[in-house]
Amino acid sequence: MEQLVQNFFNIEVLIKVYPMLLKGVWMTLQLCVVVVPIGFLGGLLVAIGYSFHNRWLNALLIVYVDFFRAFPPLVLLIFVFYGTPYVGLEVPAFVAVLIAFFLNTSSYYGEILRAGIESIGRGQWEAARSTGIGRLQTMFYVILPQAMRNVAPDLTSNTLEVIKFTALASVVALPELLRMGRIAQGITYNPTPLIAVALIYLAMLWPLVRFLSRLERRMLVKQR
Amino acid sequence: MSALERIKHNFFDLEVIEKYAPSIIDGLWVTLHLALFIIVCGLVLGLLLAVVRSFQLRFINWLIIFVVDIFRALPPIVIMIVFYFALPFVGIQMSGFVVAWLSLTLVLASFVEEIFWAGILSVDKGQWEAARSTGLSFFQTLCNVVLPQAIRMTIPPLTNRTIVITKSTAIASVVAVPEILSQAGAAQGFSANTTPLTMAAIAYLLIFIPLVAMSRVIESKFAWKR
Repeated sequence: MEQLVQNFFNIEVLIKVYPMLLKGVWMTLQLCVVVVPIGFLGGLLVAIGYSFHNRWLNALLIVYVDFFRAFPPLVLLIFVFYGTPYVGLEVPAFVAVLIAFFLNTSSYYGEILRAGIESIGRGQWEAARSTGIGRLQTMFYVILPQAMRNVAPDLTSNTLEVIKFTALASVVALPELLRMGRIAQGITYNPTPLIAVALIYLAMLWPLVRFLSRLERRMLVKQR
Repeated sequence: MSALERIKHNFFDLEVIEKYAPSIIDGLWVTLHLALFIIVCGLVLGLLLAVVRSFQLRFINWLIIFVVDIFRALPPIVIMIVFYFALPFVGIQMSGFVVAWLSLTLVLASFVEEIFWAGILSVDKGQWEAARSTGLSFFQTLCNVVLPQAIRMTIPPLTNRTIVITKSTAIASVVAVPEILSQAGAAQGFSANTTPLTMAAIAYLLIFIPLVAMSRVIESKFAWKR
């Protein structure tokens, strides 16, 4: 028991390293605030692209989406980070992370939003268009609000995944929460910072997990 | 060197490909083994947990929800690093392969439990009542009436989730498992050339593009009726 406290919940160690961990949290939050909206916008473009029902465009989008859904995000990240310097582009870690995660998350969001848009009946389109509003207006004011509600659980679940992905950025030495935790562990030679990192992730993400469960339950009740 | 030549030299160098193909293929086997163990154990454990949860024992259900929530909330890389770098300090020592297998199995089982549980809930109460009134026991009703209907509804989310978690085996490179990505990383270091990473990417795409395409077919076949 004493060994457990000494190694996992060592207050002295925690006091020494908490400024580092706070810096890590800040970087993780910055990553989330940039990665999630950009990925979502990319996905929106993909889904709207689909809705034109142009055969060539659709084939292209399916290739894009399936290609990046098949690519493990960590592999994509390492490829972008170590590969870009060889083609003469020196990108900082933060940008490499953005590029890699954009490719990954936009394809997932795109697939989810496409399913949402396709779940809305043809009649909604026809009714909206017959009132005289344009294609894009119909999309943004009539179709998307309903579509997003239909796929709200999937959107939430994907957002949760994206936030969890940001921990992968530690592999390319971006000083986010996990990376700072590992550095702190190295300095103190005590795993308390790692446990603290796990608890911080839990504190950030558990509410989202609970919210997701409730959302899913509500959809289930509606479907019955 | 022209730009095209430079790309060819750095990403598709034939000599490097020839030299490191065997180690990438070794990595491929490790990845496939790891993935297989994770998928089998994760699916079985997840189904088991969902069945236990359907007995509605309050204390056990709280415990299941608690554990499942933790493994759904934590990033897999954090779980692996805690298991690999923190647990030895309290006397629990596991090899990288075991750590990767255990972490991802627990993560997959947690998601699978939630998916199956949602499936069980989605079967109408009348089905339970009808089955029980014909004289079937609780367990028989669950196995012969409810689960067959529930599983059908859960196939699309199950395939998607399984693919996502299997892709996470690449994270095992962080805990020194010699799978595709870590073999490629080592080869990249030795050769000072990104070609091994291209090879790794192609290896992953060879495994996962058929799976993603298959999930697309499954999704339209088992689509939820709206």
